[in-house]
Amino acid sequence: MAVDRRSRVARILQVEIPILLIIVFAIGPYLWMMLTSVKPDADITQYPLRYWPSAVTFQHYDDLLAHTSFAANLLNSLIVAIGAVLVGLAVSVPAAYAFSRFRFAGRRVLMTQFLVINMFPIVLLIIPLFVLMRNLGLLDTFFGIIAGHSTFAIPFAIWMLTSYMNSIPKEIDDAAFVDGASRLQTIRLVLLPLLMPGLATTAIYIFVTSWNEYLFAMMLSGDNVRTVTVALQHFIGEFTVQWGLLTAGGTLIAIPVTILFLIVQRRLVSGLTSGAVKA
Amino acid sequence: MGVPQKDSRRLRDTLVTNAVRSTAIPMRRHLLPFAFLAPALVIELGIIVYPLLQTFWMSLHDFVLFRPNNAPFIGLGNFVRAFSDPVFWTSAWNSVIWIVLVVGFQFLLGLATALLLNQSFWWRGVARALVVIPWALPSVITALMWTWMYDYDLGVINDVLSRLGLIDAPIAWLARADTTLGAVILALVWQGFPFFAVMILAGLQTVPGELIEAAEIDGANAFQRLTKVILPSIAEVIATALLLRTIWVANSLDVILVMTGGGPGYTTYTVPLYAFLKAYTSMEFGYAAALALIMTALLLLVIYAYVRRAAREL
Repeated sequence: MAVDRRSRVARILQVEIPILLIIVFAIGPYLWMMLTSVKPDADITQYPLRYWPSAVTFQHYDDLLAHTSFAANLLNSLIVAIGAVLVGLAVSVPAAYAFSRFRFAGRRVLMTQFLVINMFPIVLLIIPLFVLMRNLGLLDTFFGIIAGHSTFAIPFAIWMLTSYMNSIPKEIDDAAFVDGASRLQTIRLVLLPLLMPGLATTAIYIFVTSWNEYLFAMMLSGDNVRTVTVALQHFIGEFTVQWGLLTAGGTLIAIPVTILFLIVQRRLVSGLTSGAVKA
Repeated sequence: MGVPQKDSRRLRDTLVTNAVRSTAIPMRRHLLPFAFLAPALVIELGIIVYPLLQTFWMSLHDFVLFRPNNAPFIGLGNFVRAFSDPVFWTSAWNSVIWIVLVVGFQFLLGLATALLLNQSFWWRGVARALVVIPWALPSVITALMWTWMYDYDLGVINDVLSRLGLIDAPIAWLARADTTLGAVILALVWQGFPFFAVMILAGLQTVPGELIEAAEIDGANAFQRLTKVILPSIAEVIATALLLRTIWVANSLDVILVMTGGGPGYTTYTVPLYAFLKAYTSMEFGYAAALALIMTALLLLVIYAYVRRAAREL
């Protein structure tokens, strides 16, 4: 390639330094948050700023987990995210099977509408869902928030899984049929094992999106099932100047999703181009 | 090209299905896909379609949450009210600035990142992984990090700028009418540029190296290679990414909500934020529903353009 003919110095100046600057921009705020979270309070409030901590402390993490509701909020978020994954996969696997393996009247329309609803402004759904959950007495319940998160999890999962299912040759189903397997046996014993990587990617992506979600969780939860993102926002109001606590909370929320996201991100590109992935 | 392929596939499907399940009742076979779709469709009716119809209903009524039994039908009253509401027009104008600047800068930075990541250097793998991190983080964290960095007394941005001698006194970035929108836009550019980088990079990897080399031999300089060869080859990917991103940025309100709540004054109000706040803080659900519908109507053209592309392959 053309690039390789450049000298080492030229490559450093033209490629490596610019990309290094972009990376610093990309992860600088994250690192700054983590660094703040392990600084003693005296360092954080020192003026002019002290960049490198005088000592590393986990005091803020300790305070956050021992003296606030944060540990319970983490658990709530975990339950909601797992719930959204289970609902999303349970209804999307059969739906993706239908879209991938059958050609029927209305297929195009039905599949397209799942994409269209994913593009609608979130406020368009949040406003009536709040009224609906209130009327049903489901505000501030796990059920309500999981239902809210299913509004994006289901369309996304259907599109992702249909494209994964399409990549499994139909001849494999046919072979199983010929060998005498029923339709459900074919799905369970032949297709699902082959679909595992796709299921894992979809599950992780729903988990991350639900864990990160803020507006539905804020609208539909109260004191009982408050999720971490909503709790953190409350803390911003409550502990205005306690940046040690806030950044510790931010770090705790961010680390699991960073790891999960790094695991799946390479496999997300196909889902991206099909438009199913929401940012 | 796709049509004959699809037809032959359909034919093969029919043959195979007929051969294997010749005893099955034809009626049942027609209904079978719908049986598999039923759970998804039933849930969709409950949590998406019904609420959407409810939005239409609310938008035609003077529906305020704390007096649900007194919601008179007012026809298009909420829509008329929006068009004579100065806050709506401020929000609409901010939305336009917001979409153009955020999407524009995300795209330019994403394109630059993708072009750089497409070169070979020894730590490219690490660089690719690190650059997507902003995209993985929750909006609340994005808002929190940037609020902390913009802090008046203890923020790192004021500190760096004054150490460099660029400012004499700290700036209250999120409290001044002239800096707040720009400050929030920067946070959003940060959050979204990795999306463009990843997508454009995927596109770049499909451009054959020979094509670029041939252009180089023909005497095209680096800029010409970019504008005459590389960009036209990935025009499809760029168009898809721009449409998709425009829709998301237009809809997004969480970062603004946490960073400024729309303030100071109405300087960072956008249409979806205004709709949300009308519902959340003043409980005027009818008016909020109308605002959300206006917003959707304005976006419909972009959504249509995007969905037509995405559904082409079906």
